[in-house]
Amino acid sequence: MEIITSIRPLLAVLVTLVGALLIIFTGERNRNLREFWTILVSVLKFVIVISMVPFVLKGSVLEYTIISIAPGVSLQFRVDQFGLFFGVLASALWIVTSIYSIGYVRGLNEHAQTRYFFNFAICLSATMGIAFSANLLTLFIFYEILTVSTYPLVAHKETHDAIMGGRKYLAYTLTAGVVILFAIIFIYTLTGTLDFKPGGFLLGHGSPGTLTFLFAILILGFGVKAGLMPMHEWLPTAMIAPTPVSALLHAVAVVKAGVFGCLRVILYVFGPTLLHDLNLWIILAYFASFTVIVSGMYALAQDNLKRRLAFSTINNLAIIIMGAALLTPSSITGSIFHIGSHGFMKITLFFVAGAIYVKTHKENISELDGIGRQMPLTMGAFAICAMGVAGTPPICGFISKWYLAMGSLEAKEAFFLFVLLISALMDVAYFFPIIYSSFFKSPKDDTNLHFDEAPMRMVIPLVITAIISLILGIFPNAFFNFFNIASLAAEKILGGM
Amino acid sequence: MVQQSPVLVVVIPLIFAFLIFIFGWWRRGICYPITLTAISLSFLASLLTLNTVITTGTIHYRLGSWEPPWGIEYVVDHLNAFVLVIVSLVSLIAAISSKKSVEKELNEKTVFFYSIFLLQVTGFLGIVITGDMFNLYVFLEIASLAGYALIAIGEDGAPFASFNYLIFGTIGACFYLLGVGYLYITTGSLNMADLSQILPNLYHSKVVLVAFAFFLVGVSLKMALFPLHVWLPDAYTYAPSPVSSLLAPLMTKVGAYIMIRIMFFVFKPYFSIELIPATTILVWMAGGAILFGAIWALAQTDLKRMLAYILVSEVGYITLGIGLANKNGLTGAILHILNDSFMMLALFLVVGAIMYRTGKREITGLRYIHRKMPFTMAVFVVAALSVIGIPPTCGFFSKWYLILGAIDANYWVPAGILLLSSLLNVIIFFRVIENAYLEPDEGHTGGTSETHIAIEEAPLSMLIPILIAGAGIMLFGVLSGKIVSTIIQFAIPSFV
Repeated sequence: MEIITSIRPLLAVLVTLVGALLIIFTGERNRNLREFWTILVSVLKFVIVISMVPFVLKGSVLEYTIISIAPGVSLQFRVDQFGLFFGVLASALWIVTSIYSIGYVRGLNEHAQTRYFFNFAICLSATMGIAFSANLLTLFIFYEILTVSTYPLVAHKETHDAIMGGRKYLAYTLTAGVVILFAIIFIYTLTGTLDFKPGGFLLGHGSPGTLTFLFAILILGFGVKAGLMPMHEWLPTAMIAPTPVSALLHAVAVVKAGVFGCLRVILYVFGPTLLHDLNLWIILAYFASFTVIVSGMYALAQDNLKRRLAFSTINNLAIIIMGAALLTPSSITGSIFHIGSHGFMKITLFFVAGAIYVKTHKENISELDGIGRQMPLTMGAFAICAMGVAGTPPICGFISKWYLAMGSLEAKEAFFLFVLLISALMDVAYFFPIIYSSFFKSPKDDTNLHFDEAPMRMVIPLVITAIISLILGIFPNAFFNFFNIASLAAEKILGGM
Repeated sequence: MVQQSPVLVVVIPLIFAFLIFIFGWWRRGICYPITLTAISLSFLASLLTLNTVITTGTIHYRLGSWEPPWGIEYVVDHLNAFVLVIVSLVSLIAAISSKKSVEKELNEKTVFFYSIFLLQVTGFLGIVITGDMFNLYVFLEIASLAGYALIAIGEDGAPFASFNYLIFGTIGACFYLLGVGYLYITTGSLNMADLSQILPNLYHSKVVLVAFAFFLVGVSLKMALFPLHVWLPDAYTYAPSPVSSLLAPLMTKVGAYIMIRIMFFVFKPYFSIELIPATTILVWMAGGAILFGAIWALAQTDLKRMLAYILVSEVGYITLGIGLANKNGLTGAILHILNDSFMMLALFLVVGAIMYRTGKREITGLRYIHRKMPFTMAVFVVAALSVIGIPPTCGFFSKWYLILGAIDANYWVPAGILLLSSLLNVIIFFRVIENAYLEPDEGHTGGTSETHIAIEEAPLSMLIPILIAGAGIMLFGVLSGKIVSTIIQFAIPSFV
C-alpha cells in the first residue's frame, strides 16, 4: 500500500471554510455574489475530491498530518476508498443542493439567508473532514463541528416548533457526542492509538467485556445520528428544517456521517475478526433489522410527506448498518454502495417534497391527488427514485439491495434476506400510493391541471439526481468508478482478516 | 536585560502603579497609556523569561544577591513561566478593553482605578514568580486587597459583595499565613526549594500536617473551590466590567497555581498523594464544584452571574486535574489554566461589551443582540462552545486530558461528571444563544426586512480584545499538542 503525502484532503476541507467566510462577509448586500461563492466553492470542492480518485483506485492512500495532538494521535487526514466514496458522494450532492437551495430560499423569500448558506458551507466542510479523517479523534472533531453547525439550520424557521426541534436535535446528538468521546478516550488508554485500520486495530487489546461495552456505546453514540431505533426520535422532528437542509443534511450529510461513523467503528476499529470472536456482529444485525422493520411501519402511518421520507431514511440507514454487520464481501460492498445510491435517491425525494411545497405550499400526502399533472417532471423524478428505494431494477437501489441480499446468504443468515424483502414490500406500500394518487387520482380541490412546475433552479437539480440514480442502476461504474471504490474498500477490509 | 527579566516582570507594574498616581494628577488621560505600557513591558519580560526557561531550563534569580534560603529568591520553571505569560497576556487584553467602560462608569476615579489595577497585576505576577513562601503571602495580600478595592467601586451591591469577599479572603489569607508560620517553626526556612529538602523528614509531624491542611483551605478559599466559593458570584457580578474581566480569569487560576506549587513542589507528591488523602478529597470536592457550579449557573437569569457560577464549575475542572495527580490529569489542569483564562476572559469581555452598549445583562433581554453586535456574539458562541467542550476549541482538549487522567486513575464517577457537565453546559449556553439569535415571536414570511436593526458594535477598544480572546480560544485548541509538548510536559512534577 503506497502512502502519498498530499495536501488535497486538507484543501477539500478548507475550501468550504474559506467559502463560508466569503459568504458571511458578502452577506445580504450582494446576494448574487454570495450565491456565486456557494456555487464556486462547491464545484471547486468536487474537483479537488475527484482529483484524488485515480490515486485511490490504484490502491494508494493520500495522507496529510496537520498537527500532533497527543502522543500517538494527530489531527490527520487519510483518504482511503471508503472515505473517498463518502467524499465524492457528499461533494457531488452539494453542488446540486446549492443550486436547489438558491431556488428554494428565493422562491420562499426566506429570512436569514446568509446564515443559512454560511452554516451550510460549514456543514459540508465538516462532512469532508469526517470522510477523510485518519483516526477516531479527527473524526470526532469534525463530527462535533457538524452537529453544532447543523443546529442553526434545523432551527432555521425560528418558530416554536423549529426551536423545539433544534433543542431536541442538540440534546440527542451532543449526548451521543459525549458518549462517543468517552469511548474514544477509553480506547486510547487501551491501545495508545486511534488510527483507523482496514480490519480493525482493537484485536488483542482489552477484555471481551470491555470491548463489548465499548462497541455498544460507540454504536449507540454514532447510531443517534444514523437514526437507529430507539435513538431516532430527533430525525422526524428535525424535518421542520427547510427542505434543502432536510435533503442534504438529513438524508446525506448528517445521517450518513452517523452511518459512516458506525461503519468505521465496525470495519476499521473493531474489524471482522474481533466481531466474529465476540459474536457481536449477529447482535448488531438483529438490532439493526429491528429498526428496519419498525421504521417501515412508522413510515406507513405518516401523512406528512417529509416525515414519511424521514422514516424511510431511518429504514435505509438501518439496512446499511445491518449489511455492514453481516461482514461478508457482498454485504459490505452493498452497504457501502447503498450509502451512495440511497443518497442520490433520497435527495431527489426530498427535493421533490420541497418543490411541491414551494409551488403549492402542500406538505401532506393526502393533498397530493393529481399533482402529477401539474408537475410531471417533479413527480416523474419522484416515481423513479421511490421505485429505486424499493429496490426496483434498473435503478441504483436495486444493485445495493442485490448485494445486501447476497451478503445475507453468504453469512448463512436467511433471516436478514427476509428482513430486506419485507422492507422492500413496505417501501412499495408507502411510496406507491403517492405515485398513484399524484398521477391518476383527480384532484379534490382547485389544483392546477396544467403544466406549472416549480422554479427551474429546483426542478433541474432533482431531475439530474433522478437521472444519476437511473444511470448508476444500469452502469454502477458510470461516474468515477463509483461502484469499484466501494468494492475495493470491502476487499481491503476483509483482506485484513 | 535578559538576566533581569524575572524581576522586571514584577517590578515594572509595581513602579508604574505609583507613577500613575503622580502623572494622573497632571493629566487624567495619561493613565490608560501608562497602564498599557507597563503591562506590555511586563508581558515582554515574561515572554523573555519563558523563552529562557524553554531554552536553558529553570532560572534562579536572587533579589539583591542575597543567598537563599535567607534572601528572597525568584524561581522560574516551566510551570510558572507558563502561568506568568498567561497572567500578563490576559491582564494586557483586559487592560486594553477597559478604556471605554472606565471613561463611562468611573471617570473621576480613573487615576485610582488604574493604579490599583496595576497593583492587582503586580500581585498576580508576584505570586506566580516567587520562590519564597512568605513573599508569596505578601503578593497574595497585594492581589487580594487590590481586588477588594476594585470590586467595591462597582454598581449597587458591590461594596457589600466586596466586604463579603474581604471576610472570606482574609480568613483564607490567615490560614495561609498560619501555614507559613507553622512551617517556619518546624524548619526555620521560608524558601520553597529549601523546604522541599527539609520537609520529607518531618512528614509525620502533626505541625506539618496541620500546616498543609491550612494551606489547602486557605488556597481553596482564594480560588473559590466549592464549597468555599460563596463569595465569588456576588463579587464578580457586581464588580465593574473591566475588573471582572481581569479578576475572573486570573484570581482563580493563580490560586490553582499556588495549589499545584504547594502540593507537588513544596511538599513532595508522595506526601500529598500517598501519605494523606489530600488528592482524593480534592477530586470529590472538584466533582461537586463542577456539578453544582453548572446547576447553579442553570438557575441564573443574569448573564454575568451565570458566568460567575460557570467559573466555579471551571475551577472544579482544574482542581480535578490536580486531584487526579497523574500525568494526564495535571496536563489537563495546567492546560485548563490557560484555556479557562481565555474562555472566561472572552465571556466576561463580551458581557462587558453588551452592558456597555445596551446596559442590560438579563438573558431574556438579549434578543436581536446578534444583529447589533455580530462579532461580539460570534466570540460569545466560540467561547460557549469551548466551555461545552466542542472541538476544535481549546476547552475540548483540556477536557480530553482530564478524562484521560480520570480513566488512568480509575476514577469513573469523576469522568462521568466531566462528561455530564458538558451536557449541562450545553443547556446553559444554548439557552443564551437561543435568546440571542432566534426570534421566535415573528413570522418570517418577508425575509428582506432584515435590515431594520443596524449594526452597533462595541467600540474598537473593546471589540479587538474580544476578537483576540476568541482567536486565542481557537488557536490554543489547534496548538494544544504543541503547547503540551514544549511547555506543559516539563511543568509536571516528576512522579510519573
